[in-house]
Amino acid sequence: MVGWAIALHGGAGDIPIDLPDERRIPRETALRNCLDLGVSALKSGKPPLDVAELVVRELENHPDFNAGKGSVLTTQGTVEMEASIMDGKTKRCGAVSGLTTVVNPVSLARLVMEKTPHIYLAFDAAEAFARAHGVETVESSHFITPENIARLKQAKEFNRVQLDYTVPTPKVPDNCGDSQIGTVGCVAVDSAGNLASATSTGGYVNKMVGRIGDTPVIGAGTYANHLCAVSATGKGEEIIRGTVARDVAALMEYKGLSLTEAAAYVVNQSVPRGSCGLVAVSANGEVTMPFNTTGMFRACASEDGYSEIAIWPNN
Amino acid sequence: MGGWAIAVHGGAGIDPNLPAERQEEAKQLLTRCLNLGIVALRSNISAIDVVELVIRELETDPLFNSGRGSALTEKGTVEMEASIMDGTKRRCGAVSGITTVKNPISLARLVMDKSPHSYLAFSGAEDFARKQGVEIVDNEYFVTDDNVGMLKLAKEANSILFDYRIPPMGCAGAAANDSPIQMNGLPISIYAPETVGCVVVDGEGRCAAGTSTGGLMNKMMGRIGDSPLIGAGTYASDFCGVSCTGEGEAIIRATLARDVSAVMEYKGLNLQEAVDYVIKHRLDEGFAGLIAVSNKGEVVCGFNSNGMFRGCATEDGFMEVAIWE
Repeated sequence: MVGWAIALHGGAGDIPIDLPDERRIPRETALRNCLDLGVSALKSGKPPLDVAELVVRELENHPDFNAGKGSVLTTQGTVEMEASIMDGKTKRCGAVSGLTTVVNPVSLARLVMEKTPHIYLAFDAAEAFARAHGVETVESSHFITPENIARLKQAKEFNRVQLDYTVPTPKVPDNCGDSQIGTVGCVAVDSAGNLASATSTGGYVNKMVGRIGDTPVIGAGTYANHLCAVSATGKGEEIIRGTVARDVAALMEYKGLSLTEAAAYVVNQSVPRGSCGLVAVSANGEVTMPFNTTGMFRACASEDGYSEIAIWPNN
Repeated sequence: MGGWAIAVHGGAGIDPNLPAERQEEAKQLLTRCLNLGIVALRSNISAIDVVELVIRELETDPLFNSGRGSALTEKGTVEMEASIMDGTKRRCGAVSGITTVKNPISLARLVMDKSPHSYLAFSGAEDFARKQGVEIVDNEYFVTDDNVGMLKLAKEANSILFDYRIPPMGCAGAAANDSPIQMNGLPISIYAPETVGCVVVDGEGRCAAGTSTGGLMNKMMGRIGDSPLIGAGTYASDFCGVSCTGEGEAIIRATLARDVSAVMEYKGLNLQEAVDYVIKHRLDEGFAGLIAVSNKGEVVCGFNSNGMFRGCATEDGFMEVAIWE
């Protein structure tokens, strides 16, 4: 099977099955719109790197996902965004962390990759670099949504590090389970087998200021080479330890597993239950979207006509 | 086979014109650090503790590019980063943008042991350091006269290379009598990485690894390299412990440290084969080196660069400190 393919995610986590319509529908609609955007771009011959970037930009702009606008807040009520991007053919990559005013972190990551001799810029320096390049910046308040202010308050009240998608309930049970997670990402491949991956996030609710997660760490949250492109989401600390994105490719390369087998192996064996999901495409146009959490906001499509938009497991 | 093993490095990619006294100083430092590690291992100190104490010694000594003696940013300040990983359970900690913490590797360890996160940077990391009560010094403490001189040379020779509006290219202004060898596209006489690292397997077969650096001379503030990135500069698993040094971009793209373990785990290669494989196949046009130990008590160094400051020792009495091939 050879042809283009694309997959994107809006975060894996403990997404409650009874997620109310007013929270579920806007996200499903956003996934559909982003998928359509990505598919049109691929069909019109845009390189996968451009496609991954433009889809992630769209997800960053959407306030219901934990990236760009709608990012979760640090313990000080501020926003610190991070992103990375990787081109499979050349293995060039770019990453940014600690952004507070840059409207599209993924595009800044791309700029770091293309316009500097470095791979990764962070905090004040990354912000200064953005301004020097005339990248779009806004007041930090632009990124902060009332939902996230409420999430932070709730997390502080329960005094634990928590990720996204907590549905505020009057009483949270003691074993409310794993913290919830959110990130956005996109992987794409064209019919020539060129691959690319991009991931972007606001991080953890109530995270320590200066905390860096898996998203900007090449090999953890993002990876692409000549075999596949991967974008992961979940508990950053577990994804870093598990070198999740790299491991999918490594299993294909070193153990000869297929994309689906490799991705399933990583999600089931390399990281704890409830911690991780990923989307991946292969040079052959295959797609896989495994996760070991309650759900993962996801969508994919391939040239053979298959497409899917989903939140919970399919069975 | 079996028993403890330790390796240390002070950077891959060395100026072939490095003065003899400096080469001698380097070997003495490596020997001293190895001995520190050996004494600790003989007292049954665990791999992760040995890695930390050896790297602290390397950071404290001003010779290599870590802690005191770190390369300077474009503003003449020091910004350090480090990471540490405990193979058992693959716990890890990393820090970047450190400016006042005397021993960044210990802060990375605290991130691993005492915070809910794996990686802290800049002001957040500095705040955490103060809360943890680690030793704090002024940024000037880390700055050495040697490096002030180096920064001046770097600026004179290479100012154009750090203007990010201009694509990276070989340095046109390199001094005529300097070696033509380059690392990161820059003359090695000025830009030798000299990152430090240590890998250990203890008597129980537990592996650990750590890496610490001031980064690239004349670097942009806020620039992060491979040293604090788990899977790139540092990695440890049940199989091995790895610390890398060299061209940061090449190491990150290759996920070099992770790949040593991955080929052992997924291809069944032994440590020597794994190191040979990644150095040969994963670096493309990049230059780098690494040190690695296995849970079987083996130790291997590998590099495709012009030399690597290194030392290694095993329980059966083997010991070697070297610079060139």
